Amino acid sequence: MRAICLYLHIHQPWRYRRYSIFDVAHNHNYWYEKDYYDKQNNERIFKKVAEKSYHPMLDLLEKNLKRYPEFKVSLSITGTWLEQAMEWDPTLISQISRMLTTGQVEIVGETYYHSLSFFYDKIEFESQVKLHSDTIARLFGIRPRVFRNTEFAYNDELGKWADQIGYKAVLAEGWDKVLGWRSPNHVYKVAGGTRTRLLLKNYRLSDDIAFRFSDRNWKEWPLTAEKFQNWLNMDALRGNLINLFMDFETFGENVWEDTGIFDFMDQLIYMWLKEYDNKFVTVSEAADLEQPVDEISMPQTVTWADTERDLTAWTGNEMQQEALSTLYAMKPRIIATGNTDLLNDWRRLTTSDHAYYMCTKYWSDGDVHAYFSPFDSPFDAFMYYMNVIRDFEWRIEATSQNLKSAAEL
Amino acid sequence: MLGWELPPHNSGGLGVACLNLSRALARDGASIDFVVPYTAEHEEIEFMNVLSATNLDPLFRYGVGAYDTKYVDAALIPESGQNHIQKVSIRKIQQDYCKFVEDYLMEYKPDVVHAHDWLTFEAGILAKKNYGIPLIAHVHATEYDRSGMNGGNKLVHEIEREGLLLADKIIAVSKATKNIIVKKYHIPAEKISVVYNSLDEDFIKSTYTYDDQDYKYLETMKHFGYTIVSTVGRFTIQKGLGILMRAAARAISKNPKLIFVFAGDGEQRQELLELSAKYKIAKNVVFTGFVRGKKLRDIYQVSDIFVMSSISEPFGLTALEAAHHGDVLILTKQSGVSEVIRHAFEYDFWDEEKLADEIVAVSKSKALKNTLKRGISEEYHKISWQDVAKKVEKLYNEVDKHKEFC
Repeated sequence: MRAICLYLHIHQPWRYRRYSIFDVAHNHNYWYEKDYYDKQNNERIFKKVAEKSYHPMLDLLEKNLKRYPEFKVSLSITGTWLEQAMEWDPTLISQISRMLTTGQVEIVGETYYHSLSFFYDKIEFESQVKLHSDTIARLFGIRPRVFRNTEFAYNDELGKWADQIGYKAVLAEGWDKVLGWRSPNHVYKVAGGTRTRLLLKNYRLSDDIAFRFSDRNWKEWPLTAEKFQNWLNMDALRGNLINLFMDFETFGENVWEDTGIFDFMDQLIYMWLKEYDNKFVTVSEAADLEQPVDEISMPQTVTWADTERDLTAWTGNEMQQEALSTLYAMKPRIIATGNTDLLNDWRRLTTSDHAYYMCTKYWSDGDVHAYFSPFDSPFDAFMYYMNVIRDFEWRIEATSQNLKSAAEL
Repeated sequence: MLGWELPPHNSGGLGVACLNLSRALARDGASIDFVVPYTAEHEEIEFMNVLSATNLDPLFRYGVGAYDTKYVDAALIPESGQNHIQKVSIRKIQQDYCKFVEDYLMEYKPDVVHAHDWLTFEAGILAKKNYGIPLIAHVHATEYDRSGMNGGNKLVHEIEREGLLLADKIIAVSKATKNIIVKKYHIPAEKISVVYNSLDEDFIKSTYTYDDQDYKYLETMKHFGYTIVSTVGRFTIQKGLGILMRAAARAISKNPKLIFVFAGDGEQRQELLELSAKYKIAKNVVFTGFVRGKKLRDIYQVSDIFVMSSISEPFGLTALEAAHHGDVLILTKQSGVSEVIRHAFEYDFWDEEKLADEIVAVSKSKALKNTLKRGISEEYHKISWQDVAKKVEKLYNEVDKHKEFC
């Protein structure tokens, strides 16, 4: 028996607009850019990606779920994505709901705001995980049993936390430096854990689809389903579980339809299931697929980003460090205001994408393609972010003065 | 090589660029005769022959021609060595310059004639027309740049156009300049190569020690937590200084601990002074008058932020100089230098709100300031004059039938 565990991550951040210092204390709209064609307009971006990726890929998945009872898929869906979908394209949510009734789809848990709060504020982290779980329960009637952290940022501490909560498994990067001679195609135990399993991304095969599929300079281009099936067969020799983990937007947005990515996926599902004893599994089923072969320890945080697989793309430079530490330091005062709108705005700023927009790692090379951002430069991203924080400060003051004057009455 | 000025007898970046380019070409083995329209000693220049087309004094001190084309026909420049003082115009000097080049060409036939800006284009055209010598037209600034993108001197436009049309190859100092040449002068883009300038080698090498004597006031204010924002240049419409003044007023409304240094002089001086009073920020604005040499470097050194506010700026060497002294750069997107520099804030020249936002952001965040400073310190001297020379030599080889340039 050989199994593919297909897991897709669905997310959109609430991009803050170019919020000027002259807006501070006057205008508390950070998220809705008036100009529809502006680079920070969340509605335009969401609708564009919905058309290019969410709709066609969900249709493709749903069709295959109906056609093959053995086809399974796991999705993680952030709270910020759900909010935007509800606002601009609620049919997406009803379609996911419908797909869940087949019993062939599983939802993976994470922080509601796609944040790195685990590394800054454990209480906030738990609040965001709970908020996400509650939202998934309210919308879809189920609670996630498997966890992934933002950007796949994993370390032993996170593993222990998941084990205490009682998650069946945590998803992480199958990074060679951690695995050594071991294969990502097995089920592992988190270090020091009792019940929680580690499922490791087979990054070579995953990235063949997510990053290399459309690369015409790649020696394997064009990648056909037959060729990929051969690679899967070869790879399965080092373990029967192949974890294909990637962004949902790979299909249609990062890799465009005209590359044949949708047909490729359609065919791959058909060809994989055609062979004897092949199947797809959800993440929970993957955790139960075999007894854990070993325990994996990651004392240092490992992510699924870059060749370094660390957090430097989010926290590597001084601007990112200042932005995040200033943000998290405000939390007690935000909570003290009792202002839920303010708390929600504050939490939207914890989304990791914002810190990524301030990344300067690739900036010097002038490689615009390595800089995925709605802003002209990391410096602009930082400037507008800090202006939003200044407005939070103003609102904290304004609210606490209101409270004081209320107390005086 | 046909030029209009060379350091130390220069009033701006044109002479600096000509000197550095010639020196780098000479290092690669080029033998250069460089024609200037005046007579003066150039003691340090040993790598090429500097030829004087007239016996006039260096022209820089009259501030006309290379940077200002309003008065090309007016007789402003005194002829020396006469008892009675007679004044000549730029046009007259250009005619003498052409005559000199004509005589020179009777005797010598260079492989390539390389002409810098409109002032020498007529002489370059002459070489091309009479002797078929390949002509490279090097554009450091167009008449559109000098006039703030509107109007300008018709005669100058005409000379530029003819030079650009007849040139075998055109060198533009930035993409911005190339776009102007294509759009305004209707020259095919294929004929134009972008070759960026680099930082003056003499500027980098010369020993400079900062003492806080000259700008003691600014030093003291810095000590009290003020941020010093400076700009350097001629006070002309091209430089967009009115917008900088308005942005200064807006920035000060958000952070009163800002001081703006306007270093330079020009026709807008009065206007800028009045603006600073009108916006009630005169106390935060310092005018230094025209500065060069050590005094200029002291300004770079004492400043935290350097703003290049130009409406159009073919390149903008002062920004690289400021970067050399550790300033954070804020550049208009319309400046050529913003095409090569990554670690800088940018804004559209009319966007005073964004400029104010950027000034406040840098003044309020050490992290932002450090990131920008560190970033630019690694990139401001990335391009060397030797790299520039290599690109120019490649163009020479394309036009020259002998192909003897490395």
